Amino acid sequence: MSFLTLANVSKSYGATHAVIDMNLSVEKGEFVSLLGPSGCGKTTTLQMIAGFSDVTAGRITLDGRDITHAKPNSRGLGIVFQSYALFPHMSVEGNVSFGLEMRRMPNAERAERVKAALALVHLEAHAARYPRELSGGQRQRVALARALVIEPPVLLLDEPLSNLDAKLREEMQFELRQIQRKVGTTTVMVTHDQTEAMSISDRVVVMEAGRVTQIDQPHRLYEHPQTRFISSFVGKANLLEGRVTANGAWATVDLGAVPLEVEAPGLVAGDAVVLSLRPEKIRLVPAGRGRLDGTVRQRFFLGSQWLYQVATAAGELVVVCSNDGAAPAEEGTHIGLDWTAQQVRLLPGARHLAQETAPAQETQA
Amino acid sequence: MNAAVPMPATHRPGTARAPWLLSAPAFLLFICLLLVPLVLTAVLSFQVFDHASGVKNSFTLSHYAAVLTDDYYHRIFWRTFWISALTTFICVLVGAPEAYVLSRMRSPWRSILLLVVLAPLLVSVVVRAFGWSMLLGPEGLVNQAIRAMGLPTMRILYTEAAVIIALVHVMLPFMVIPVWTSLQKLDPGVENAALSLGASPFTTLRRIIFPQVLPGVLSGSLIVFGLSASAFAIPGLLGGRRLKMVATVVYDEYLHELNWPLGAAIALTLLLANLVLMLSYNRVLERSYKKSMG
Repeated sequence: MSFLTLANVSKSYGATHAVIDMNLSVEKGEFVSLLGPSGCGKTTTLQMIAGFSDVTAGRITLDGRDITHAKPNSRGLGIVFQSYALFPHMSVEGNVSFGLEMRRMPNAERAERVKAALALVHLEAHAARYPRELSGGQRQRVALARALVIEPPVLLLDEPLSNLDAKLREEMQFELRQIQRKVGTTTVMVTHDQTEAMSISDRVVVMEAGRVTQIDQPHRLYEHPQTRFISSFVGKANLLEGRVTANGAWATVDLGAVPLEVEAPGLVAGDAVVLSLRPEKIRLVPAGRGRLDGTVRQRFFLGSQWLYQVATAAGELVVVCSNDGAAPAEEGTHIGLDWTAQQVRLLPGARHLAQETAPAQETQA
Repeated sequence: MNAAVPMPATHRPGTARAPWLLSAPAFLLFICLLLVPLVLTAVLSFQVFDHASGVKNSFTLSHYAAVLTDDYYHRIFWRTFWISALTTFICVLVGAPEAYVLSRMRSPWRSILLLVVLAPLLVSVVVRAFGWSMLLGPEGLVNQAIRAMGLPTMRILYTEAAVIIALVHVMLPFMVIPVWTSLQKLDPGVENAALSLGASPFTTLRRIIFPQVLPGVLSGSLIVFGLSASAFAIPGLLGGRRLKMVATVVYDEYLHELNWPLGAAIALTLLLANLVLMLSYNRVLERSYKKSMG
């Protein structure tokens, strides 16, 4: 039995459907991210778990208890808000201890717990400060301490890192994960940042237009995206459209100018398909020695990597090579592109919704 | 002064004078319409008055002595202040929740009801006072309703009650607007944050929302108290001839007794008392939230 379950949960505002028939089960201690572009229903889902938003249909259960219609102040969940929503008229200590006061915890024990929570987020020295005297990162930590001090069964994070600058965000990502591991709280995070979702989650739930399109571990999500949208939203991808010309265990796909072999049994000649090829899976080789030839149109230096835009007969491909210190390919040079045949993924025919998942696609995993 | 310190670059003459020139019209208006009459009133309050010959050009403190020692004036000042304080208190009790409810309303209703709250400001105070005297009079709607319930007719008009009711009605917008403004600055998430931490909706209001709108309540009550203490039309029309407040006494001294110096002394005493009360109230309340709100 899962710890937190959403069964056929839907949310509509009049005629608009924010969340449609959502099913999700989260295990105890798991870190799950809801990932999607804005307006995909991820925040609404979190609001329904928190109790701030009514559930139109379906059931939410927590540890075997039906909380679908429970009041938010009876659910006991820890929530970190996007704006942090700290109480500006209370000190850091007052903010963190508020939840314990509401639980009528004796003073001595409360002080102990507040101290421990502040130590967890390295803010012991700032207990007497007020939120306006803290930096963005420190406010974020106070919000986290305030949510964790009540020892909630589930921690909900609503875009917790989106208000931080890039460098701090990366640091906080790892710290957040570390703290979550340490206290072992089941966590559900909402984010629109795919790197954030992939780097710290056990599982990622991708949502598009109110529906869940894939629930998977981060690396499986990256390697085996179920929809065309996911393959381009999660990381970069070269998408190639073509038609199957010969079938078998290895189908041949005609990309307009060049044929390509794809490991995909069950395809029938004449099927229209979309192939996905990650930029970092492509190697640059001398012209004529790879699977495809092309011309370097532009290149960008990213520090640890080089990014090339290569014009080929199959369209423009993006190639990412790690910076090994050697001289990069010049713009305008004629080069060859090579990759392992297994790295080409076949995407199901549907353009956005993964209702019709192709069964053939999963066999290779 | 150290001679080695470089002198600031000399401004072009136009730039240095620009702020003064720009604020000159406002200053001029302020001086003509407020400072000069105030000084003239102050001078007047120290001049001797004789019933036969009028104002004389000699110095006296007798008017202030009369105001400060005569029990008659003490009662009027005391009445003015408790009526203003009660009006302020009722305005806080009614206006703060009203502003909160308004801020939580959905889009079309919010603007409509805000307009309803502010609409009285568009109607003359005199017209509103007469409206209340029709409602509260012995044959007014209120007494008709009381009689319909089988109760004896109540005397409301020309009592403190009538003055307070009308003052609350007139002053409410001045409480709602500042509280509304501080509610707009509130992070909408804090309420949910408090709820998620296990607080009841009432505790959330008391511990989270109210302390944050306290500055709005403070400035609202200062405005309401100041305006109520110097209100003239409402006590004049709804308090009748016998129920006097400071502003109506000043009017009487000027226009009925023709004792302008005494009227000026009463007016200045009111101004001073009002200032002292408001400043100390501000000081006390500000100290309590200054630390957290900055």
